[in-house]
Amino acid sequence: MKKVEQEYIQLKTMLAQMCQIATSMLQDATKALVTRDSALADSVIARDDEVDALDTRIDEHCLKMLALYEPKAVDLRFVVTALRIIVDLERVGDHCTNIADEVKKLNLTPPVKPYIDLPKMAEGAAAMIQDAITAYFNKDMTTAMEIIRRDDMIDALDDRITEELLSYINADPANTRNIISLMFITRSIERIADYATNIAEMIYFMTTGEIIKHRLPKQVTDG
Amino acid sequence: MTEIAKRKIVNTFALSLACAAAALGLFWLIFILADVLRHGIAFITPELFLNEAAPPGMEGGGLKHAFIGQLLITFFAVLIGIPLGILGGTYLAEYGRHHWLGRLISTLSDIMISVPSIVIGTFVYAIFVKPIGHFSGYAGALALAIIMIPVVLRTTEEMIALVPWEIREAAFALGAPYYKVILQVVYRGAATGIFTGILLAIARIAGETAPLLFTSFNNMFLTTNMNEPMPSLTVTIYQYAMGPYDDWHEMAWAASFVITLFILGLTILGRIIIRWKYKH
Amino acid sequence: MSDPIMTINNLNFYYQGDVHAVKNMSLEIRRNQITALIGPSGCGKTTFLRCFNRMHDLYPGHRYEGEIRYEGGNLLERKDITELRSRIGMVFQKPTPFPMSIFDNVAYGLKLKGIKNRAELTDRVEQALKQAALWEESKDRLKQSANSLSGGQQQRLVIARALAAEPDILLFDEPTSALDPVSTSKIEELMVQLKQDITLLIVTHNMQQAARISDRTAFMYMGELIEIDDTETMFTNPKQKLTEEYITGRFG
Repeated sequence: MKKVEQEYIQLKTMLAQMCQIATSMLQDATKALVTRDSALADSVIARDDEVDALDTRIDEHCLKMLALYEPKAVDLRFVVTALRIIVDLERVGDHCTNIADEVKKLNLTPPVKPYIDLPKMAEGAAAMIQDAITAYFNKDMTTAMEIIRRDDMIDALDDRITEELLSYINADPANTRNIISLMFITRSIERIADYATNIAEMIYFMTTGEIIKHRLPKQVTDG
Repeated sequence: MTEIAKRKIVNTFALSLACAAAALGLFWLIFILADVLRHGIAFITPELFLNEAAPPGMEGGGLKHAFIGQLLITFFAVLIGIPLGILGGTYLAEYGRHHWLGRLISTLSDIMISVPSIVIGTFVYAIFVKPIGHFSGYAGALALAIIMIPVVLRTTEEMIALVPWEIREAAFALGAPYYKVILQVVYRGAATGIFTGILLAIARIAGETAPLLFTSFNNMFLTTNMNEPMPSLTVTIYQYAMGPYDDWHEMAWAASFVITLFILGLTILGRIIIRWKYKH
Repeated sequence: MSDPIMTINNLNFYYQGDVHAVKNMSLEIRRNQITALIGPSGCGKTTFLRCFNRMHDLYPGHRYEGEIRYEGGNLLERKDITELRSRIGMVFQKPTPFPMSIFDNVAYGLKLKGIKNRAELTDRVEQALKQAALWEESKDRLKQSANSLSGGQQQRLVIARALAAEPDILLFDEPTSALDPVSTSKIEELMVQLKQDITLLIVTHNMQQAARISDRTAFMYMGELIEIDDTETMFTNPKQKLTEEYITGRFG
């Protein structure tokens, strides 16, 4: 095998690892919320260092690949896309840390409500991230487009949960502090799904060389 | 008149002159060849090759003695001239490349090539025939060899120089000593070129008359003793053509025809080999 | 990190007439690695490379100073040049097939070493051609002239010829500059494979080539070694300003 092919395999391995850790953070943070498990929340926070370390390593690896192999065309876009994906994954990690922080705060007081839509939303966001990375590896534009559409569902859930949380404040203003925490969590999950959408848009760029970020996804998906 | 129009006129003028000169040269060449062929071909008979000379006026005379003499003299000339020429050319191209002696020999060879062959004939007469006291086939072979040496030497030098220097370095880089590089790599690369050079050198000496007049002289009888005066085609042609008899003239035409054909054949073979080499 | 196979100490080289072409170079060549030498034309990298197999000995008036430690002694003082050159092979810029058959080309170095046994020759020729990734293309035409091969194949043949002698080190002097991209990529792949068995030194004008295949890169300028480091470091973060200017193309 050519040396450069080994470098691509290494890049993919590290990216898969980073994605796996980031999504596990989201899943575990949600689990910590539902099961009121502060220890698990701590472990989520600890994992952010791993994500950061991988971020640096992939950054260096891509730099090296650009310097040593001067990739061209789709290979060039693959490496450039990797450089941008890790920025998003790193932010996913940060949001999960925030969620874990809020979970730890929530765990100090009794629960205000059962969580049904929130874990569903988190699960959907985590799946979007995972699918986006898989689509990136496979240069799979169909899945990428489908992920962009899935973001609408997440946004709908976000709206519904926000409405519901507001009604809890109206019902009992004493819940306000906890409800704000939950809103932060909801917002973080919504942002994570946005990152998955970003990644999907970058996959479109990678496979076609066309930038769709600043156009309405509908124009693309319909076309 | 524009500059370009002027140039076109000058160009046309020069081109016409060049073409005319070429046509003039070609005309005589074709004229001579046609004449030799026309006169010679009629007298080509089996007897020409099979019989020895007969007294003038007698039927059935041939030139067997001259053919054999020519072959023997040429053979010995090749035997002396080619090894010396190749070795000398090798020295010039390999060892003497940057040496003043090498350059001197190279220049002298070029002069030697254009020295009139009669000068070489008289030279051999002075240093070989005179001291020994009689004409001989050896003297003839020596004179022809001296004519061959610079031709073979310069061809060898040029053909060897055509073998890229990198090829030699590659052989050195494998640890080969210089003599093995020359024997096993350089000669192989230059082989067809050197062989062609040898063919052309033989063609060159095959037509020589003047040097033989002073060295091998002539002989009316068949001999294989190189130490005796020896007949050759060219000298025989000279003698017969000058003679007063009609059948001598006929045989001179026939011999001219054979020798022209031989030289033509060698030259064409040489060219075929060169073309074949550059194709592969 | 591997141990050095050669250590160069204060190497100086002078061409005839005291032209100082290599100036006080000191560095290590590491075993089973590819070391690339880069630098502008005339910087002395080829001259430097040709010190290792004493190629300069062919021409009178050239002079080495200093030391190349190899196999426990100073390579510059060795007398057994034939043996040395079978230990340190060389591949040139233009393919240099000898005017003989493919088989005879590869067997040439072996015959020089005195190997005459036909079976052994056949074996080692096959092995060398396989090692140079030329066996499949040439096995049915070993008796054909080496000139019938394409340029890229000829260069692999030359590599096979050098490999047949079972060298320790192979020197490459711009081995792909006369080849098309596909042949170049094959030679590069081959070089990366070869470092499992041998040590490679390559002079290249093509910085990308140095970047793609070498483990360490040395930058030379005007006969001096400016910098040597891991290739990755050299191409992402060189220490010397001169190196940076050269690899970014802002030279002169």
